[in-house]
Amino acid sequence: MPENLNIKSYETPVKPSWCPGCGNHAIWVALRQALVKMKIKPWEVAFTFGIGCNSNGANFIKGYILHALHGRPLPCAEAIRWTNHKLKAVIAIGGDGDSFGIGLSHFIHACRRNVDVLYLTHDNQIYGLTTGQTSPTSVKGFKSKSTPFGNIEEPINPLALALSNGASFVARGFAGETEHLTSLIINGIKHRGFALIDVFQPCITFNHLNTFAWFRERVYKLEETNYQPTNKKLAWQKSLELGHKIPLGLFYQERKATYFDELPQLKKEALVEKSLKNINLNKALEEYQ
Amino acid sequence: MKENINWKIGGQAGYGIMVTGLMFAKTCLRHGWEVFCYTEYPSLIRGGHNTYQVHAAKDKVNSQKKKIEVLVALDQNTVTKHLLELSAGGVIIFDPEKVKVNLKKNLKVQSLAIPIAKISKEICDSDLMKDTVALGASLALYKADFKILVSVIKDVFKSKSAEIIKQNIEAAKKGYDAVKPNSKIKVLAKLSKIKSASKIIVTGNEAIGLGALAAGCKFYVAYPMTPATALLHFMAKNERAYDLVVKQAEDEIAVINMAIGASFTGVRSMCATSGGGFALMNESFGFSGIAEIPLVLMEGQRTGPATGLPTWTGQGDLLFAINASHGEFLRIVVAPGDVQEAFTAAVSAFNLAEKYQLPVIILTDKYLIESPQSTKIFSTKGIKIDRGQILIQSQLNKIKDFKRYKFTSSGISPRSLPGAKGGEHQANSDDHDEYGFSTEDIKTRNRMMAKRAKKIQNLIKELPDPKIYGNKKASRTVICWGSTKMPVLEALKQNNNFKVVHLQYLCPFPVKFFTKNIINPQKSMIIEGNHTAQLKQLIRQQTGLNISKTLLKYDGRPFYPEEIIEAVKRL
Ligand SMILES: Cc1ncc(C[n+]2csc(CCOP(=O)(O)OP(=O)(O)O)c2C)c(N)n1
Repeated sequence: MPENLNIKSYETPVKPSWCPGCGNHAIWVALRQALVKMKIKPWEVAFTFGIGCNSNGANFIKGYILHALHGRPLPCAEAIRWTNHKLKAVIAIGGDGDSFGIGLSHFIHACRRNVDVLYLTHDNQIYGLTTGQTSPTSVKGFKSKSTPFGNIEEPINPLALALSNGASFVARGFAGETEHLTSLIINGIKHRGFALIDVFQPCITFNHLNTFAWFRERVYKLEETNYQPTNKKLAWQKSLELGHKIPLGLFYQERKATYFDELPQLKKEALVEKSLKNINLNKALEEYQ
Repeated sequence: MKENINWKIGGQAGYGIMVTGLMFAKTCLRHGWEVFCYTEYPSLIRGGHNTYQVHAAKDKVNSQKKKIEVLVALDQNTVTKHLLELSAGGVIIFDPEKVKVNLKKNLKVQSLAIPIAKISKEICDSDLMKDTVALGASLALYKADFKILVSVIKDVFKSKSAEIIKQNIEAAKKGYDAVKPNSKIKVLAKLSKIKSASKIIVTGNEAIGLGALAAGCKFYVAYPMTPATALLHFMAKNERAYDLVVKQAEDEIAVINMAIGASFTGVRSMCATSGGGFALMNESFGFSGIAEIPLVLMEGQRTGPATGLPTWTGQGDLLFAINASHGEFLRIVVAPGDVQEAFTAAVSAFNLAEKYQLPVIILTDKYLIESPQSTKIFSTKGIKIDRGQILIQSQLNKIKDFKRYKFTSSGISPRSLPGAKGGEHQANSDDHDEYGFSTEDIKTRNRMMAKRAKKIQNLIKELPDPKIYGNKKASRTVICWGSTKMPVLEALKQNNNFKVVHLQYLCPFPVKFFTKNIINPQKSMIIEGNHTAQLKQLIRQQTGLNISKTLLKYDGRPFYPEEIIEAVKRL
């Protein structure tokens, strides 16, 4: 198979069950395109998923997949990375509920740990699988089954949150821009450290506000401006730009030590490669005599 | 009469009570004696009342005793709280400048007044050395070899400056010399040197940590929670020497998911917590069950519910552990009864988790995991590492259509690890088919449930039976589980008119044992540290036997052999 690695190499017998026209389809395409372009084979990558429409994707992609609980893809992915840093990629996938609701604290801690994991958040600003409730990224005033009179809370700003907590790769993609998203994913995988790509993923069934058309009217690509993703303050300002113009692309990237770089135990081999033979307890026993 | 040392030191947190107690115990150990130490402290860093109690003897000691022979009172509170614990003829050591001791006439206690603070002041210009002065005096009473105490001080303070070590030795010496060889104050035991096999003093936390290292644990993750915190410290300390990664995560939910993630890649991983943290882990505990990902988890019980009595012991989580998480799935619950069993249980936990691809709970409590006790040196000789069925690349190459959750007669399906070509699969928290794909198909669901449950058949044959101790012919039977074994065996040393059944492996429940061994429920008593007699419930549920009598305790304190002997009389 490696000879002719292509997007089908990453398919499983299970066909996507997402609604026709759902933004998840495009993300699924972009993700596989990126892996193929990087010549990464399915067995060299680990994916972790949460629970939600997006995470049903665990069934549609080939690889080593840990389809975890709602909100928990990140701690699983971090540990996979620590214990086998030789995998070509570790990619965690979740919805906005997974990532910024129930699993929010994992997200903040992953940012500050700078673990070499790519986090793809499928941000549809709604709870899809549970049939359309307000999510932590739903805008103020948003009407849904759980807020029929309008959401009275401010939304979470995933990018600002990542920036303020030390994430070293902070980007935004859009399911309506598959090629752009593909290149963001490639850069996110290449990045050594924690990479967030928050992806606008219109939910055509339950979110009638943040539709493809709504985004198309507003989004523009940072790469097409003279913006440089190296200044945290500028990145911060950009992350607050959520009005009639909304930037896509790489907001910020910084090279700094990853978790792996800081651990001398991992210099020689991956944890999973350590020999369990002839373990000698003498040293640990010394102080108890 | 056998010689026994029952010594206790009390004072405020911050006085160095814990390290002084340990030095007393180590001095006994290095005389060839066996020791058991029991500590009490509140959930406070400064000012709370701390005690350290050492029971030592020439043969095996299994627990602390209610009655003590020597009490070192570094503050008034110790006198108030513990004077009445002294046995007749016992000694109270105190500093008359700091502590008042009014001995009522009917209290036959010897008092040994030593200017502890003054001696300390001469050495270091403060009362910092007071505990070491008292330690020297205590060991003089027992006629210990002072050279051995010096060796202990040097080892325990190894990381401290030469000046501090010198001052401590001097303080110990002055305390030692303050008790004149011809003093009228006498204790019953003499700490004479005896020849015996080399031993160590470890807590249950340390024993489990050593077991984990021996088993090849390479990833340890935890969030601090008494009484399991010291296991985190142990693993962190050994991180580099034993080539493992130790992680303090953001919360217990992250902890268990990290342990699962690590295990998914093929690393032997472990996590630990107490009841509260385990409650947070519950949903993910079931993830390990349904996705058949090996998991080793230590639950160190403390007194619940909620924050409860954070630094005290209890056995209130037995049924919780056995039933933890929603839905039904197989798990192993093992409750070691002493540090030797804790070491062995930890090693076995890793083997069983991987062999049967399921979660294993090592159910302990504050009493076991924070009480230092002597034991023979743990050895890795004879330890077998059984990684279960992991397919290597050459095996995967021969498989055309890999099914991670293949239906097999044993219920165990060989697994593959990330990186191996052809082993790609989904480890799924949704129920799934043989490949791991989510499915809601009736037939597949039923077969998958049956497959996972079927593992019990081989497992139950492999798990050790409950152990019987004491007078096997006696009709009176004491039944206990986990750490309660320790005071029960101590009681047995004094009164051999009953037998003891100790349950270590509690889930799956050893039903067969109860059908093979005649237990007369009218002449049996269950002793356990909870309010609702959980083991009694369990035995009745699993075997139909209704054990009539119980001795229960849920005040955070362990059982004492004295109260067990009293209770057995009722049988
Ligand atoms: C602990 C827990 N609480 C609630 C749920 C129910 N639940 C499943 S998916 C979901 C939210 C889905 O929203 P999101 O994460 O944004 O993903 P989407 O379906 O929109 O892709 C919820 C609340 C659950 N599975 N687990």
